[in-house]
Amino acid sequence: MPTRTVVVGSASGLHARPAALFVAEAAKQPVPVTIRTGDKKPVPARSMLAVLSLGAKKGTEVTLEADGDGAQAAVDTLADLLARDLDAVDA
Amino acid sequence: MRELRGIGASPGGAAGPVHRLAPPPALPPAPATVDPSAEKTAVRAAVLAVAADLTRRADAAPDTTAAEVLRAQVMMAQDETLIDAADVAIDGGTDAPHAITDVLAVHRAAFEAAGGYLAERVSDLDDLRDRLVAACLGLPMPGVPDPGRPFLLIARDLAPADTAGLDPALVLGLVTAEGGPTSHTAILARTLGIPAVVRCAGILDVADGTLVSLDGSTGVVATGVSAETATGVNAARLAEIERRARSHGPGRTADGHPVALLANIGSARDLTGEVEGVGLFRTELLYLDRSDPPSHEEQVAAYREVFAALPGRKVVVRTLDAGADKPLPFLRLAGEPNPALGIRGLRVARQTPSVLTTQLGAIAVAAAAEDAEVWVMTPMVATAAEASAFAVSCREHGLSTAGVMIEVPAAALRAGQVLRDVGFLSIGTNDLSQYTFAADRMCGDLAELLDPWQPALIGLIASCAAAGVEAGKPVGVCGESAADPDFALVLAGLGITSLSMAPRSIPAVRESLAAHTLDECRQIAKAALAADTPEAARAAVRR
Repeated sequence: MPTRTVVVGSASGLHARPAALFVAEAAKQPVPVTIRTGDKKPVPARSMLAVLSLGAKKGTEVTLEADGDGAQAAVDTLADLLARDLDAVDA
Repeated sequence: MRELRGIGASPGGAAGPVHRLAPPPALPPAPATVDPSAEKTAVRAAVLAVAADLTRRADAAPDTTAAEVLRAQVMMAQDETLIDAADVAIDGGTDAPHAITDVLAVHRAAFEAAGGYLAERVSDLDDLRDRLVAACLGLPMPGVPDPGRPFLLIARDLAPADTAGLDPALVLGLVTAEGGPTSHTAILARTLGIPAVVRCAGILDVADGTLVSLDGSTGVVATGVSAETATGVNAARLAEIERRARSHGPGRTADGHPVALLANIGSARDLTGEVEGVGLFRTELLYLDRSDPPSHEEQVAAYREVFAALPGRKVVVRTLDAGADKPLPFLRLAGEPNPALGIRGLRVARQTPSVLTTQLGAIAVAAAAEDAEVWVMTPMVATAAEASAFAVSCREHGLSTAGVMIEVPAAALRAGQVLRDVGFLSIGTNDLSQYTFAADRMCGDLAELLDPWQPALIGLIASCAAAGVEAGKPVGVCGESAADPDFALVLAGLGITSLSMAPRSIPAVRESLAAHTLDECRQIAKAALAADTPEAARAAVRR
């Protein structure tokens, strides 16, 4: 099952705008993707409430996982997004 | 037409249809039996309704920050896991409102546990919960209504959270059933320049949409007025605003005795119109809603922004006025039985001295970098020894003009001694009333004790002013009473050297002073001091 572990790159962590951008991108993927921190329970990446509740800050390691057709591409797209500083992206 | 009576809290007339601020819905008792499919349908309908309402508000939001917060709330409302988890709870035997509350409580706990920014967003989750529950119960959306036309806002009382982002272009006036003249509602109304009446019994019985006019000076509220009357009231208000906008120049009596008219502000954004300077720069704004204190750099930047806007003019910075009554998480103050009598203002430095020293350091750096004349004062001083110690701290940080606020009767009674080692006094009449009359500012039922025209309060102000005259040091007033054009005459007559108020209140006070000589002000002050009741003191001015 395609899996990627990345470090959150956004200055404000995975909250506010970065979380909104991430959740919106996750919803566009053809397969459900999960996200977790450490050994905690994975949560759906397209859930705003669950993603915020991770409390991931800048520098937190998060793991993305997906299964099925297009899973690798979905995980890669979201991992690349997380690694960037989304607070610095122009609206 | 029917006439109601309240207490005038912010002068001016206004008229328009009333719309009420709906309180957050109370969760009803859980029903014994539920129809799971009906409850699940209710959850989905609530999500649709709330998401649509929040989206409409986001589209109309005046600034991008507010819009982003609202859009994030929309994403939370539409979250599929919310519906899934609510379904599970409903299958377990609960109804839609309880299911939503329980599901969001889990996320609320996670937000709080994460701390920092997320913990500060708990209020967004609570707001979302209240909206969803209200939608399930068929109740109006909680918060400030948005009827899409200018209106009078009516409410039991207003809390700061209710009124963040209140638009004065849409809210023509405020009428509350409770609250007093020093309540948050009154302060907000004067800051925004919105006419307001508080403690108006019966206003909540008036149906939404009814045309109502209010007089924020007399406290008279007329319900069911004609459209012509409403138009006339609003036209008169506009004409008055335009006339006052043309008044300018420093504050002085008819014979040229100067009384500085200064502004009360919380940030550079509050500076509107022409001001001689700032008599009260409240620094709490920087500290609110955060789990860590602001850094030295953050503070320097915020102070510089204000100082830069006032080159060559006086800015009196008040050090952090917080405590158990205005709790800040990082101070970790234990709950107190009487927070207003506990660790607040300068007293916080007894436990956490670094908060004050960091702030004084930042003020000094910002003052050195800009051209404003920076004075510093501290709240909740009770003794001359506290005042002296504060002056020493300020000097150590290179701040030469240190003063204290007079809010505690003990300090007012010994104003001469308190003044010995400091450069000036600034009387906070709201707190001085509260402590002199042993009457909580938030207790609307005691509003008449909190009337600044109470002779005992005027007596304490008089002794502070006399101490200032004797020492040759300035004594100002920065409480709400300074914004009353009649009371300003009493204060000038007592020897008060500056009046600090919401910038919008300055023109009316300027007009009032300019129409009286210093000698007339002294006669008025003498009569007010000799009066037995607030009513008699007021009458003495009008005579």
